[in-house]
Amino acid sequence: MDAPTTTRPAPPIKAYDVDRIRKDFPILLEEIEGRPIAYLDNAATSQKPQIVLDAILRYYRESNANVHRGLHELSRRATDGYEGARVRVADWMGASSPEEIVWTRGTTEAINLVAASWGGENLAEGDEILLSEMEHHSNLVPWQLIARKTGAKLRYLELDDEGRLRLDQLPGILAGGRVKIAALSHVSNALGTINPIDEIARQLHEAGALLLVDGAQGAAHGPVDLAALGADFYAFSGHKMCGPTGIGVLWGRAGLLEAMPPWQGGGEMISEVERDYSTWAALPHKFEAGTPNIAGATAMATAIDYLEAVGPEQILLHEQDLVRYAIERLGDFPGIRLFGPENPAERAGVVSFTLDQAHAHDISTILDAEGVAVRAGHHCAQLVMKRYGVSSTARASFYLYTTRDEVDRLVQGLETVNTIFGTP
Amino acid sequence: MTAEVQLSSLYQQLILEHYRKPRNRGDLPDHTVEVRMRNPTCGDDITLQLKVEDDTIADVRFTGEGCSISQASISMMTNLLKGKKLDEAESLSARFTEMMHGDEDAAKDKALRDLRALAGVAKFPVRVKCALLGFDALQEAVRRERE
Repeated sequence: MDAPTTTRPAPPIKAYDVDRIRKDFPILLEEIEGRPIAYLDNAATSQKPQIVLDAILRYYRESNANVHRGLHELSRRATDGYEGARVRVADWMGASSPEEIVWTRGTTEAINLVAASWGGENLAEGDEILLSEMEHHSNLVPWQLIARKTGAKLRYLELDDEGRLRLDQLPGILAGGRVKIAALSHVSNALGTINPIDEIARQLHEAGALLLVDGAQGAAHGPVDLAALGADFYAFSGHKMCGPTGIGVLWGRAGLLEAMPPWQGGGEMISEVERDYSTWAALPHKFEAGTPNIAGATAMATAIDYLEAVGPEQILLHEQDLVRYAIERLGDFPGIRLFGPENPAERAGVVSFTLDQAHAHDISTILDAEGVAVRAGHHCAQLVMKRYGVSSTARASFYLYTTRDEVDRLVQGLETVNTIFGTP
Repeated sequence: MTAEVQLSSLYQQLILEHYRKPRNRGDLPDHTVEVRMRNPTCGDDITLQLKVEDDTIADVRFTGEGCSISQASISMMTNLLKGKKLDEAESLSARFTEMMHGDEDAAKDKALRDLRALAGVAKFPVRVKCALLGFDALQEAVRRERE
């Protein structure tokens, strides 16, 4: 590997054994054109360790049955796995009780649930919903839908030049006294920015507003401590944190969830069904209509076990070390524009950039030919793109198994981009 | 075919040259039809303007932005369209689409002129829609012109 010429990289974190961690992820052995894959698209989805793959298989081999209804042994096993996973998630994030944990298909469904159920019940004309320019489309569109239905208005926190929320705008927006709920991301998927959720929650609560946190990136890239965050709802997905796709969590304060009407109707969520009406099951099953993703929930708990064994704080420090290293190596790369906070401590493992000489799509195609997987596009965050006047960026995103060597391969790949497209 | 060979067949000099110096770029004030076409997955966004007289494309311009493949493809396409009947434009569009789906005869069809340099895109399925963006706009423009 070529050493960077101008800056000296900081020494890697000691006692974090990335090589040992990599052995837990069989897909990292996949080769592209005889080269191991450098998977730098972790903000889109993470890879899965063997124990999570085993958990899925074991569920179907040893426990598969429907939950909560059969009186037979397999149904008991399935129910134990499913409800045990709920307890695991509740303990992990510090929920008051497992009843506060609602299984969903993922972050998107969790946000839609709150927007439709809480929003439908509590929003009216004259009310305001506070969002930000940083939000993923999944934390914008559900609110646009409920705003249209209820007549509530959408307000936005803007971004500063470094990709941080303009918190200076918050007091002014709240002074109007109309904001009923804010929906903000814990960590930006497009910029990597970590938001000061605790401070935002404090100000919102003083103004009598609630806070939903889109934790799709937050839960994956560091510890989630509900008491410290102070939010009212927290939504996240299994697949971004070493778990399977199709499973996610909505955490909500029990009192709020109790007062919310069901969102989808069906089996599992009822207590009694008559011809003209039904009564609802208790929390959390009121929000879980239909046969759930039992294997997914079980395996998501295994993923949490795995991440906790490695150490969420360690993982975040490892990502930040890689971000620091990547910024050092890319900082004076010809034609580059880097997005997001300059201070690596304010961000998770995401490095978003453009090159003057080549479009993000071309960058990604060329990197792919070298076995380096990045994402190119608007990252489902078109408001971020508009804020910075670009149509797309290339994004390299890191996780617990990412190495400095892979960052070096990213830089080498960008040199191939220069060979083809020239330098500005 | 190795990745390097595929890459060099994708990024031919002619493509890069059209990307850096696109032809017929700009506004056509006396256009008769205008179509904006976007690729929502990657953010490419182009506007194609045609001036059609007696069923013939008298002039054509485009604006917008996108990757090298979409921009080069549109640039080459506009060069080809001037003076063509709408029917001819449509058949060129069909021919180009065939080439993008791997048809080797189409890739040798001299009627496509510079656009033949884009034959390598067929090996990159996710990029095919980049190459077709301008032609999608053209087909919509022809449809509207005939209404």
